[in-house]
Amino acid sequence: MAKISKSPWLLHYDGSSCNGCDIEVLACLTPVYDVERFGIINTGNPKHADILLITGGINTQNKQVVEQIYSQMPNPKVVVAVGICACNGGVFKDCYNILGGADKVIPVDVYVPGCAARPESIIDGVVKALDILEKKREV
Amino acid sequence: MSAYVAVLIRVIAFIVLAPLLGGLLSGIDRKITARMQGRKGPSVLQPFYDVIKLINKETLSIGRMQYLYMFCFLAFIIFTGSCFFAGLDILLVFFVLTTAVMFFVLAASFPNSPFSRMGAMRELAQMLAYEPMVLLAAVGFYKATGTFAVNDIARQDVSAIIYLPGIFIGFVYILTIKFRKSPFDISTSHHAHQEMVKGITTELSGGMFAILEISHWYENIMLLGVVALFVINSHWWSIPLAILVCFIVYFIEILIDNTSARVKWKLMLSSAWAVTFILGTVNLLILQYLF
Amino acid sequence: MEFVGFLILFPFVAAAILACTKNDNVRKIVVYASSILIIAAAVCFSVMHLISGEAVAYLEETEMIDRIMMCGELFLTVLIVVLSIRYKKVLPAVLSLLQTGLMLWFELLADKPEAEAQMHLFCDRLTIVMCLIVAVVGTLICVYAVGYLKDYHNHHTEYKDRRPFFFGMLFVFLGAMFGLIFSNNLVWIYFFWEITSVSSFLLIGYTKTEEAITNCFRALWMNLLGGLGFCIAIIYSELVLNISTLKELVSVGDGQMVIIPVILLAFAGLTKSAQFPFSKWLLGAMVAPTPSSALLHSATMVKAGVYLLLRLAPVMAGTYAGTMVALIGGLTFFAASVLAITQSDGKSVLAYSTISNLGLITACAGVGVAQTVWAGVLLVIFHAVSKSLLFQTVGAIENATGSRNIEDMTGLIKRFPALAIILCIGIAGMFLAPFGMLISKWAVLKAFIDANNVVLIIFLVFGSATTLFYWTKWLCKVLVQVPGEAERNKTSANQWCSMGIHAFMMIALCFVFPVIAYYLLQPMLYELYGKIIDPVLSASDMYIMLLMLVALVVIPVIGNIFVKNVNMTKSNEYMAGINTGDNKSFVDSFDNVKTLNVANWYFTDMVDEHKLMRLTICLASAVIVIFAVIGIGGAL
Repeated sequence: MAKISKSPWLLHYDGSSCNGCDIEVLACLTPVYDVERFGIINTGNPKHADILLITGGINTQNKQVVEQIYSQMPNPKVVVAVGICACNGGVFKDCYNILGGADKVIPVDVYVPGCAARPESIIDGVVKALDILEKKREV
Repeated sequence: MSAYVAVLIRVIAFIVLAPLLGGLLSGIDRKITARMQGRKGPSVLQPFYDVIKLINKETLSIGRMQYLYMFCFLAFIIFTGSCFFAGLDILLVFFVLTTAVMFFVLAASFPNSPFSRMGAMRELAQMLAYEPMVLLAAVGFYKATGTFAVNDIARQDVSAIIYLPGIFIGFVYILTIKFRKSPFDISTSHHAHQEMVKGITTELSGGMFAILEISHWYENIMLLGVVALFVINSHWWSIPLAILVCFIVYFIEILIDNTSARVKWKLMLSSAWAVTFILGTVNLLILQYLF
Repeated sequence: MEFVGFLILFPFVAAAILACTKNDNVRKIVVYASSILIIAAAVCFSVMHLISGEAVAYLEETEMIDRIMMCGELFLTVLIVVLSIRYKKVLPAVLSLLQTGLMLWFELLADKPEAEAQMHLFCDRLTIVMCLIVAVVGTLICVYAVGYLKDYHNHHTEYKDRRPFFFGMLFVFLGAMFGLIFSNNLVWIYFFWEITSVSSFLLIGYTKTEEAITNCFRALWMNLLGGLGFCIAIIYSELVLNISTLKELVSVGDGQMVIIPVILLAFAGLTKSAQFPFSKWLLGAMVAPTPSSALLHSATMVKAGVYLLLRLAPVMAGTYAGTMVALIGGLTFFAASVLAITQSDGKSVLAYSTISNLGLITACAGVGVAQTVWAGVLLVIFHAVSKSLLFQTVGAIENATGSRNIEDMTGLIKRFPALAIILCIGIAGMFLAPFGMLISKWAVLKAFIDANNVVLIIFLVFGSATTLFYWTKWLCKVLVQVPGEAERNKTSANQWCSMGIHAFMMIALCFVFPVIAYYLLQPMLYELYGKIIDPVLSASDMYIMLLMLVALVVIPVIGNIFVKNVNMTKSNEYMAGINTGDNKSFVDSFDNVKTLNVANWYFTDMVDEHKLMRLTICLASAVIVIFAVIGIGGAL
């Protein structure tokens, strides 16, 4: 049986952020890092995705959106919070509209720190997430 | 009796081998694409990993009818391909192919999802663009060989392509649409085009998406079969030649995919019709008056 | 003989009774009873005729009937002139007077060659096909009309309730159609031809609104123009060629000898079957209540036009007349199907699709070889049933939802499941494998290639693609899963009865079509061409089509079993995360809830309906003028 980890498809959601991590996530797709060699595809569609990559914090307006797209991902699924904002709100933490990191609304499986998170660590985070995905599938 | 056995063998071979070949072809496609972009790319077996994963995942659905449409799509594609490789009437094969794609469009416009339904309309626009050329290809075969039967077309002394160079080029042109390659990847949005998410496939998850992938493998092999039919004649050497031509055509499609930006659907429609009209008409007229 | 007389005369009797009937229940009973009688008579007659298997002709002494017909013609002329004066229209009056003047001169004064005794009525297998279509489809539409019009007048209180007149006209129409298809004498055909023109004119003007008046007079003058051509053709063939019957005309052998009357008759056929440049009258005919549209589009009127063209097909083959008709047909098929894409009104789409399909039949007649005539007749059968079904369903949908716009049919399958399914059967019948239209298209394409006609091939392949487009998008719209409740359906029992029988016939035709092809169409070709024709559909082709049919039944059944056992999780639709949860609306950036609506594509920015219409009319007119001049000039 082929492992689910051989074909992890990503959904990338950008919350309240400076877009730095955003750029770094896309950098992973470029020839330099080429995540497609692991079978990773950036789908842009929750219904196709296995991994939700979330950058930026959660605010009052995007709370429902994050919840909804997470609910629209078929099981098994994992969430990777990329960058400090997604982990706990980062520099925006004390803003009036910020609720905090992604874990305020959905269960996060892997935290990738950094401001901005480097492509190497993003890939590393995703690879860690794959193990969790595999465990979730077995359950 | 032996003729029926041969047909049966061909049909079974198609049903069993087409998904393997189609998947492999898709894997090679992704590898070559990656190399053209200076990347390492995934394993050539990647499409199989993807499909196995999709089958094992949860399927989210709006209603069971959608799954039924997708099932019908796959079944009709297999039926179409089987008819083709059994050597039946090519025009009827194309008609059934249209019916099959219709089920796909119905599956996509079943949910009230904006992206999916927009994709369905785009898929229809694609059908509008390629359908004339597909029918003209059948007409061309009939003109060149005097029969619609795939079996007899393949048994002529001279390859059909000798009579049908214009129609062949036109057919390769619309193959870009059928293979869902840029610049005509209008309805599905592969790669990074995400302005309407995943278009026609947006609402297909898990098993349904796996069905779609497998259908595409079958469909691609059948379409390459049509390409081969242009070349195959009664001599043995035409078969390796036909396979070579198929590879060249597929390579050209990959090259086009990687060197062109996606166009708007109007340009796709008008250019496909112009190509069909000019190459098709000229080719038919020449056939009529010179032979 | 008795049956033929009954079929022609009885509808007129029924019409007279209905015209005097004001009571709803009496009308209902009369319509039902006469429909049953007509269907029974037509079926009995057809069966008896098919068993004996001979083409037969009747009636030699007709002095009396001729006189009655002449009086009838005079009456029609007076009617047209009076109405034209009342509504201040010049053209119809002039055309009508011109025709009748010519006919009177011809009948009473002209120095006619001594005619041999002729058969005035005639029946072969083509007649049988037409007779069954008119009897079954035509009367079912009348049955449907009983329920429909009651509802119609409840909705539209602004129009005067003239139901006795309406039903009278429907039956006059049927009688005229029977007369037309059974007649062999050209003058008789002409007489019934004129009745259909006038009764369609009266039906279109039913509501008496300004639009209805304009449209009905347009229909009238266009059809009278065709009638004028018909009338000149009669006079020419009698005086110059000494031919007075249709059968003689088509059995001349060499089309060149009779090219002048053939071109004129073909011209008449083109006007009646609403081919370009005369398509506008049929589009305008939609203002009338739906049953009359259904009747005009499916069983009668336009079918009279293509019937005449198909009759003429053997002599048109290979002549300028044939080329003219084939080109007009091909052009109409393509242009009308492109125009259908731009329409969102259900009835407009149906109207354009009628014109388009008739174009294909016309092209078949124009090519005129046995294979195309075979395909043409098959198209006539399938088109009559599916188009009548579609019109009735759209009418019922309009009464139920208050709109016949396709955009308003979003998710109809949830709101009115039964109507939606019937609508889908009708639509599938128009273009999907393995329904009849596709089989015909397959045969047509093959015949066009054999006939070496590149222009028609091009029209056909492009037209097929556009046809596919406008039907599929309609189908998608109906089948969309928009949350909603089933609504109460106001469609009456007689409407259901008619639509149900139609839907059943549509499906049954797919299965029995090999039988029809073998026992009805193949011998028909022998009768028309006077020689044995190879089977158009070979046994192996038949097997493939049956295989397709089996696949279409078996695959969904297996699929259903398969899908029932698949594990699926209910989910809502992806709307970029802002679905309100009911799949119907979303939250916009100001936190307001908005309803989602995805419209179909109509290409209105690419195709300008009026411009394309004008262009096609110009082209078609040019084709007619050029070929008529060459054809007639060459013969003179």
